[in-house]
Amino acid sequence: MQDSALNAPSKPPSTATKLESRRKMGRALLVVCIAYLALLIGQPAGLDVPRIATDIANNPSAIPQQLVTGIANGAIIAIIALGYTLVYGIIELVNFAHSSVFMLGSFTSLLALSFFINKSSNGAISAPFWAALVCFIPAMIVCALLNAGIEKVAYRRLRDAPKLIVLISAIGMDFILQNVGLQLGALGKLPQVSPIFNQLSVMGSNNASPKSFPQIFSNNNLLDAIYPNFPVRVTVADVMVVTVAIVLMVALRWFVQNTRAGKAMRATAQNRNAAMIMGINIDSIITLTFLIGGALAGAAGMMFGLYNGTAVFTMGFTAGLRAFTAAVLGGIGNITGAALGGIIIGIVAAFSDQYLSVRWTNAWVFLILVLVMVFRPTGLLGQEGGEKA
Amino acid sequence: MKSPFKYVLLSATVAALLSACATAPAAAPAAPAATAAGAAAATEVPAAAPAAGGEVIRFYSSLPLTGSSAAQSITLVNAIKMAIEQQTDAGKVCEGKFTIDYQSLDDATASAGQWDASQEQANANKAVADPDAMVYIGTFNSGAAKVSIPILNQATPPLVMISPANTNVGLTKPFDAGEPEKYYPSGKRNYVRVVTADDVQGSIAAKWAQSLGIKKIYILDDTQVYGKGLADVFEKTAKEIGLEVAGRDGIDGKASDYKALATKIKGTGPDAIYFGGITQANAGQLLKDIRAAGITGKFIGADGILDKAFIEAAGSDVAEGVIATLGGTPKGDLPEKGKKFYTDYAAKFGGEPEAYAIYGYESASVAIKAVSTVCKKDRQAILDAVFATKDFEGVLGTWSFDERGDTSLSGMVGNEVKGGAWTETGALTFK
Repeated sequence: MQDSALNAPSKPPSTATKLESRRKMGRALLVVCIAYLALLIGQPAGLDVPRIATDIANNPSAIPQQLVTGIANGAIIAIIALGYTLVYGIIELVNFAHSSVFMLGSFTSLLALSFFINKSSNGAISAPFWAALVCFIPAMIVCALLNAGIEKVAYRRLRDAPKLIVLISAIGMDFILQNVGLQLGALGKLPQVSPIFNQLSVMGSNNASPKSFPQIFSNNNLLDAIYPNFPVRVTVADVMVVTVAIVLMVALRWFVQNTRAGKAMRATAQNRNAAMIMGINIDSIITLTFLIGGALAGAAGMMFGLYNGTAVFTMGFTAGLRAFTAAVLGGIGNITGAALGGIIIGIVAAFSDQYLSVRWTNAWVFLILVLVMVFRPTGLLGQEGGEKA
Repeated sequence: MKSPFKYVLLSATVAALLSACATAPAAAPAAPAATAAGAAAATEVPAAAPAAGGEVIRFYSSLPLTGSSAAQSITLVNAIKMAIEQQTDAGKVCEGKFTIDYQSLDDATASAGQWDASQEQANANKAVADPDAMVYIGTFNSGAAKVSIPILNQATPPLVMISPANTNVGLTKPFDAGEPEKYYPSGKRNYVRVVTADDVQGSIAAKWAQSLGIKKIYILDDTQVYGKGLADVFEKTAKEIGLEVAGRDGIDGKASDYKALATKIKGTGPDAIYFGGITQANAGQLLKDIRAAGITGKFIGADGILDKAFIEAAGSDVAEGVIATLGGTPKGDLPEKGKKFYTDYAAKFGGEPEAYAIYGYESASVAIKAVSTVCKKDRQAILDAVFATKDFEGVLGTWSFDERGDTSLSGMVGNEVKGGAWTETGALTFK
């Protein structure tokens, strides 16, 4: 009786392999067609192969340079994407408010750094190196608490509601936080009220305008040590961003794989009810996930501010869009996938700027996403059912 | 028992929303995120309360009062108020028959950080629907003008629009396909501007660049109406005068950084970079990334980056040495009235006004003169009077409007960032 299910009649082997090979051929033909169309009509969008070839021949050092830029930008995107992917893995919600938490992390780190700022005579603002390391801590803590607070206020009650409802709640939270960021910018007007607020002048004179970060990392090319005027520029900032990103990713992976709490997180992500039966406190695990996601967003906000030198209340939108794309590209719910997706997007954007067309870079980045989704709907590293890391 | 905290929070939120609705004037925010900023920025400021016994003639202005352009727009609004105060008897004109009421509208939203098409459309529709509205002073951005000129043009009767700052060529002269006819569906003109257009600005900029010894230039624009139009004129002139164009690109104003673009520019080895665009299209970040990539050539811009916000965005050390063109006359060569404008402004509002404030004053002066000449509450008559402005002795000099609505002034001034502020370097006169 039990065996009948195991011995279900199957197609004869030859038909199965014929179907399989036909499907593979169909796929290959589709890829060839798409490539042909892309080359044919991609020219106005920058895909002009002869021009690209001559560009590469004339300026070969642009390739490693864009790789450096792409990997550094991609690292920041990857850290933000980790936040999206963690939350999705646990409660299957795309946390749209994550990008605003990232933006508030950037503002928080700017306010923290304002205590250490030195203004030089020509108006340049800078801060000592150790100040950067110290200021990661308040940024991460504030964002972690903020993210956990958002979960408690906006998502906890809706845990058993339809997914669309929670999504709308997340979008609403995103708008609220954006406006909080906009009003935080108004702190820059306080020095006019009283000199005790003088360090808040770092927030600039207008709510909506971009705020400048102090220059902490020198702009010198590290590779000049090999020989002066080395054609590829790698600065301390690039190295710092990639190092911090790697440290955070390794720490997260260790946490998720090797600790009890991490195991509980994986269990909750796999099957919430079974985890509850096993005695795992779902509420605290979800809060923990949001705390970690928030801390990552805060760290990313600080890294972004130090790397690009600017923070503005709309920065969450662009960065969040790319990070969400990266998370989906790598397989949403998969931590390694988010990191991989981030790097890919960073590199594609950098190379598109260089060789295709700056105006079309956004189009090319999302085209890559669409193609991956068409051929691998679960993302590059995603699997059916969504296994986590 | 249900938590009382929940009810307290709920009633507090409702109370806050109701109070916001009570104070927020009729600005139509394009996105919910704009409501907070919209309520604060869309000020309705009557310059003089309509007195009993006088009919009201309303001036509307539509300027970006949200976002980093706010600082400049506020000086324009102040200049308009000052013009009305100085040139009317407490708002009364035509021996007390009419009283001029001025209302300032905001065409920017917080989420965009700059002018917004739907907001501008709402402002234009509001002005058209108001039977007391006779003059529309606006816009600041050329892209916004493209939205509102047709709306004001198709109203019966049409509403005259006086712009203090639009410089895109196609608004009054042939430029792109179908321009300028497509902004005047009724066939008759209703738009004038007191500032010189970009066909002069772009070509003077190219000649200026060449005169500074620049041989190879990379051109960037912010893909908006004003920026792209200006960069197109610059590119055309550069090719005519033999200035080599190293490349041409459009930047995404919402991007977080431009490092990859800076690497691309560096690879072409230009002597300088020309940027057609406004500060609010992330020009500050662009400059930061260009300098960080090690490109030391001059950064040349135009009136779009000629505001304090640009220096703040880029950082005063990075912005040092940036040069830009502006239509007009150097302050030292202004007529007495012009110099008096600056001293009056400093006395009344404290501090220096930004670059376009004096154009706001001139726009308001033209409007007041037209209303005082016609002495009728008739939009078409006022429109004709504005177009008939000849040999107007204003703060900018003595000038006239031509039949297309352009000013006869064609001077350009060079400006440079020195010591963290914009300073004039002198008139630009090139053949």
